[in-house]
Amino acid sequence: MNPLIPLFVALPLAGAFLIMILGRFIKDFNKYFASLILLILFIFSIYSLITTGSKLSLYKVGGWEPVNGIPIGIYMVMDGFTVIVLCIINIVGFLSVFYSISYIKRFTAENYYYALFCLMVAGMNGVVLSGDLFNIFVFLEISVIGAYALVAFGVEKNELEATFKYQVLGGIASFIILFGIGLIYWKTKTLNIADIKAAMSSGYEKSYYLFVQILILSGFGLKAAIIPFHAWLPDAHSSAPSPISAMLSGVLIKAVGIYVIIRLFFNMFAITEGMSILITTLGALSMVIGVFLAIGQWDIKRLLAYHSISQMGYVVLSAGIGMILISRGEKPEVAALAIAGGVFHLINHAAFKGLLFLNAGAIEYSIGTRDLHEMGGLSKFMPATSATSFIASMSISGIPPFNGFFSKLIIIIAAIMARFYFLALLAVIVSIITLASFLKFQRYAFYNKTDTTNKRKIKEVPFPMVFSMVIMSILCVLLSLLVIPGIRESVLTPAIDILMDPSKYSSIITGN
Amino acid sequence: MIAYWMCFILFLVGLYGAITRRNLIKIAISLSIMEFSTFLFFAMIGYIDEGVAPIVDPADPVKVYVDPLPQALVLTAIVIGLATTAMLMAVIIRIYRKYGTFDIREIKNLRG
Repeated sequence: MNPLIPLFVALPLAGAFLIMILGRFIKDFNKYFASLILLILFIFSIYSLITTGSKLSLYKVGGWEPVNGIPIGIYMVMDGFTVIVLCIINIVGFLSVFYSISYIKRFTAENYYYALFCLMVAGMNGVVLSGDLFNIFVFLEISVIGAYALVAFGVEKNELEATFKYQVLGGIASFIILFGIGLIYWKTKTLNIADIKAAMSSGYEKSYYLFVQILILSGFGLKAAIIPFHAWLPDAHSSAPSPISAMLSGVLIKAVGIYVIIRLFFNMFAITEGMSILITTLGALSMVIGVFLAIGQWDIKRLLAYHSISQMGYVVLSAGIGMILISRGEKPEVAALAIAGGVFHLINHAAFKGLLFLNAGAIEYSIGTRDLHEMGGLSKFMPATSATSFIASMSISGIPPFNGFFSKLIIIIAAIMARFYFLALLAVIVSIITLASFLKFQRYAFYNKTDTTNKRKIKEVPFPMVFSMVIMSILCVLLSLLVIPGIRESVLTPAIDILMDPSKYSSIITGN
Repeated sequence: MIAYWMCFILFLVGLYGAITRRNLIKIAISLSIMEFSTFLFFAMIGYIDEGVAPIVDPADPVKVYVDPLPQALVLTAIVIGLATTAMLMAVIIRIYRKYGTFDIREIKNLRG
């Protein structure tokens, strides 16, 4: 029993209620309390990252012990992979909420903003910690309800349209997921992921579970905006207030989409070759189509949103390559390398995409537009924004020595070693197009000649925003240290071990 | 078995409605149809022929009980469904105030 685990959900939930109640009476209570809660969670997640290692710690809600080896209560599980995603959620969450202190002043109803933010963080922490399927669904709904409301926070035409699209597609995804969970429960009579794995290994009906797998993949694929399901993402992510875009793009699509897909397909379902090829194809498609949709955009937040689709394609692609190799039972070390690349890119994407959205927010805050045509020469007026966004752009395009380079390199090497030369070539080409797209962003926003009529009084953004951006850019550089052998073993390897061995997760929890 | 298929067909009816309808309110209703077909499916999973409510009475050893877990799941899911539907309706009302229409073809500010 690890007593820290329930706090990840309970603290932000309690924070959301307290902010709604006390925020009315105490001035400025909301912003500092929300920052404090996220700071505590940030410290807890780092502490868990250091202490977890390759252990797997459980928390049984209500203290219900298993009967005859069958788990009956709700389990919350923390292992090497969970803890990485927890760190991403809480670090990006803390920096976004700190950034909001200045950014959100122009909106009314700050109480609702901070309360919904805490609710969203609670839901995401719950999704990654939950050890059973139905609770994944419940926490997923908690986090997306927060996200729906936050996307609509501006309540203007665009925001409402975006949130309607998001809600309808998100609702369809939720019910598809619930239907899949119902089908799994029907056959296995349990909801615990580890127990389902054990029940499946005794009798695996291939065609039945293929249908369930497709339902689960399309449901969580909609939440993660993998390419055929991506229609809502550019609208929702570009309409939300910028710190929320950073949370949605940097964290939400990973925590409720990619994380659950990887967890369920590696640790619950038996890995089949057909399904792995499907996942790889979807990953490659998102990678390529996402970047081509991004290249023609002139609205900076839409451009960044399309790049999120493309970068998530890299993660799905590498997970898919790992699955193909595991299902064929060949070259386990290459499969491990591919999965390592995917998990590493997941971490890196949170850092640089979060930072880029915060930069976009800073630009919008200063000059009041998101159109690249109307910017130019901002590097003179906003040195901190310019420098941090340069780091983030180089990082996302895969320029050494920033973190994006190393994760893309690992993914490409893994693809070559697994003899998927075409996929490796695609990954390189997409990376080059990404570079072109971000050079355009840099040039038009920061270095182009500005027309002197528009100069007025552009100045650097206030301290909380600069602070968050600088910390994120430091993370962008520091995260590349994860490839160094000593650090890699303590952070990435536990996550890969738990994903590589299909039965390890289940056997530790059920205790067989 | 036919009941399960009916349930799946109801789910598809909801999906079809959500995709093809043009009226915002009708889209919301279609989503509710999907939602409740799923709940119906859960309720049917828990049903066992000739089962009774699972209240264990030591004096009367009935052998067959219905499965109580799906009922608990459905109750939770209904509460969640209520929240999402209320949220969606609130957004639809706001959209009507801004655009003055429920027709989805006229709500297309975001392109590209």
